[in-house]
Amino acid sequence: MNQLQNFSKGFFRENPLFVLVLGLCPALATTTSAINGLGMGIATTFVLLGSNTVVSLISKFIPDKVRIPSFIVIIASFVTIVDLLMNAFVPELYEKLGIFIPLIVVNCIVLGRAEAFASKNKLATAVLDGLGMGLGFTMALGILGAFREIAGSGAIFNYKFINGDGILVFVLAPGAFIALGYLIAFINRIRNT
Amino acid sequence: MEYIIIIISAVLVNNIVLAQFLGVCPFMGVSNKVSTAVGMSGAVTFVMVLAAIVTYLIYTFILQKLGIVFMQTITYILIIASLVQMVEIILKKISQPLYQALGIFLPLITTNCAVLGVAILVIKKEYNLLEGVVYSAATAIGFGLALIILAGIREQLELLDVPKGVKGAPISLIVAGILALAFMGFTGIV
Repeated sequence: MNQLQNFSKGFFRENPLFVLVLGLCPALATTTSAINGLGMGIATTFVLLGSNTVVSLISKFIPDKVRIPSFIVIIASFVTIVDLLMNAFVPELYEKLGIFIPLIVVNCIVLGRAEAFASKNKLATAVLDGLGMGLGFTMALGILGAFREIAGSGAIFNYKFINGDGILVFVLAPGAFIALGYLIAFINRIRNT
Repeated sequence: MEYIIIIISAVLVNNIVLAQFLGVCPFMGVSNKVSTAVGMSGAVTFVMVLAAIVTYLIYTFILQKLGIVFMQTITYILIIASLVQMVEIILKKISQPLYQALGIFLPLITTNCAVLGVAILVIKKEYNLLEGVVYSAATAIGFGLALIILAGIREQLELLDVPKGVKGAPISLIVAGILALAFMGFTGIV
């Protein structure tokens, strides 16, 4: 696999949300609008990039038995960095994403990439993989967020294009499940033809 | 009275999976069969309550005392990971049947965001220890309830002719959405 494929696989062929169906909790909870979804995606990308880099650099020195706890500590450190940075620079978004920032620690995508990919590959490959996967996840959250914002409140990036309200249920909890279900079905359909 | 409100709110109104989106991964992953769903709910209840107690004590007596509250995320995830490991070892030693029933679910719980989420929420909502225990137990029951209901529906779904495109993850998500819609009926009770 060449480096370009390595980077681009996260967007479509192995998209973490639409194809691998990982990282559901933040995907459902934070996509009430396109902006929130993108913010969450970028935070995850940062953590993924950091953890992939560090894991790929030091995985040779970590004994096999304590591999997973070490990865979790590395990931948790990056999550703490993101948490503090967002609290300082984008307090409004930080308020909205709330508890889901610290919960990036237990996002299966991050640990999954560290364990399955970064620990077995060279630095450049691991960085590209982290960036691709992260941006693929960001894109997926953006699409889901935009879909829910358009259907739920008739707006996109806070710009309202209809008078009155949208279909309120799409902004609420049930709409998240249903919208993601149909989006995945749609992606399946494209992939299989 | 206060405790009853906490319980009703955590089980029905603010159901952890269907209204707060915590623990959706195991909710989708182990809801194929009712029997595995019951095992998973048992394991989650056990670990969630234990984790809430331990993290609460560590937070108030160590992190807050030393003024290193920002270490919360790292500390909590390490506590939960080691707690899960410990529970697994103890269970193996003292009760084989219980270990057989819950054993395979325990490693999965470390990355269950509901456990870490509840530990953080107990601090965020400024509960005291007893309220925290009641809250975490009720949340775990709510998780179990949602999980078992979905497993029951999915077992029936196996027998139906589902269109090819929505087979697997999509139909489960749509069913979960309708379930969440039903749970929204509880809004406003407390």
